[in-house]
Amino acid sequence: MRSRMAALVLAAILTVGAVPAMAQNNAPSPTGSNPTAQSVTEQQVLEQLGKVKGRGAIPDPKEAVLEQPQGREYQAFHERLLPWIGGIVILGMLIALTVFYLVRGPITLDERPTGVRIKRFTVVERLTHWMTAASFIVLAITGLNYVFGKRLLLPLLGPEAFSVWSQWAKLLHNAFVWSFLLGVLVTAMLWLKDNLPDRYDLEWLREFGGFFSHRHPPARRFNAGQKLVFWSVVIGGGILILSGIVLLFPISSLDINSLQTAQYVHAVFGMMMIAIIIAHIYIGTIGMEGASDAMVSGEVDLAWAKEHHRLWVEEEGARTPDGPQLGRTVPAE
Amino acid sequence: MARMKFLCDSNRCIDCNGCVTACKNEHDVPWGINRRRVVTINDGRPGERSVSMACMHCTEAPCAAVCPVDCFYTTADAVVLHSKDLCIGCGYCFYACPFGAPQYPRAGNFGSRGKMDKCTFCAGGPEPDLSKAEYLKYGRNRLAEGRLPLCAEMCSTKSLLAGDGEIIAQIYRERVHKRGYGAGAWGWQVAYRETVTT
Repeated sequence: MRSRMAALVLAAILTVGAVPAMAQNNAPSPTGSNPTAQSVTEQQVLEQLGKVKGRGAIPDPKEAVLEQPQGREYQAFHERLLPWIGGIVILGMLIALTVFYLVRGPITLDERPTGVRIKRFTVVERLTHWMTAASFIVLAITGLNYVFGKRLLLPLLGPEAFSVWSQWAKLLHNAFVWSFLLGVLVTAMLWLKDNLPDRYDLEWLREFGGFFSHRHPPARRFNAGQKLVFWSVVIGGGILILSGIVLLFPISSLDINSLQTAQYVHAVFGMMMIAIIIAHIYIGTIGMEGASDAMVSGEVDLAWAKEHHRLWVEEEGARTPDGPQLGRTVPAE
Repeated sequence: MARMKFLCDSNRCIDCNGCVTACKNEHDVPWGINRRRVVTINDGRPGERSVSMACMHCTEAPCAAVCPVDCFYTTADAVVLHSKDLCIGCGYCFYACPFGAPQYPRAGNFGSRGKMDKCTFCAGGPEPDLSKAEYLKYGRNRLAEGRLPLCAEMCSTKSLLAGDGEIIAQIYRERVHKRGYGAGAWGWQVAYRETVTT
């Protein structure tokens, strides 16, 4: 009798296949039989597969997931971990920059401006930069609204107005991905060559760009710091775009857990990118004298160029995509 | 007040989908939205088991926690409801829900999901009880009429129980004791952080 029972259980396990079944350990019933004895229990399925899936009458694969306890992990991430990550990286960056500004102050020109203006960025480069920048700022503000909006804005605006704003924020967040995508792609194409690592990068990083030493480590068209921003935008922006597009198309073949993973990646990279871009905005505006000219008028003073991008002037003749502007009179040493 | 819960006795569920049909009819749920569904595990194989599932009206509901516009609220009966006027259709509640309860009228691309819809435990929404506006957005408010959810009421095998958690747990306990077996209350641990000890 016992061996027969064991054989039955074994047969049940073998035939069931996908979801191993075991007999339930309940007291014998008054009728002496348990018609569902072979059936799986919730605990077994969750232990072995992590979630409960089956066949539903509705022809939609996501309706066939009966239970995914990972939703509770998503809740913990979204409500406890993520606001802290965002708060620490963004506020941390703002505090660090404020301290830097108070201690070091803006990076000024050592020499007096020469009055000679040389082109630093062409119209195409500036348009690309500002399209990407505008898209990113819209995406960042509307993205932050998903996390911090209800904590900061909702008490001020009230539920109805905040909902209307959030509805628009969601539409903007979903729409501006395309201009951001175009911006990141063109940025990568325009500036990839000038952002490949070179032998001056380590020195630049070691001296932290000379921000503290008041020296100016040599740099070509882009210094190591700018290269880091470039690669952050290309790689970080790329990851944001990919994970965001996955979330934008919820009927994709991805299951619920992949969508949660996409959210984790999207949110964490989003917070980090916002912090990086805040630093980028700082150094491009109030942090450095003469830096904003490059992206606004496209032209910088020769003195600025010589101080911050000496090799760009000396070796490359202040080359832009339109070609060198200065005669290559001073060869590389 | 009662703490409302659902309990599906999976030893009894026969996958007839009567609960699904009752729900759709009672609330005039639009095409494509299923507030309740039956999932069969090991379908067609020995040891197959069916469980009827809808919103479990969780304790510390994940949907309510992650909602970026805080459109959820919990009634005095611990029923988790939401306001379709405030919902922006972002889909976060769907990622967070352990039971796949949130439904969207347009599960479409470009994030155009429309306002979320889910089981209300037949308790309507934020509009005045039994008003037309409430019916159009959330379906019938049976709780306000003094009735319990129709899915459980129409369950042909009385597998699905709905009502005060203490009472339905007691019914289930007595049932398990009488027949000698029971597969437990599916989803209770995740939803309510407790199980029915039998």
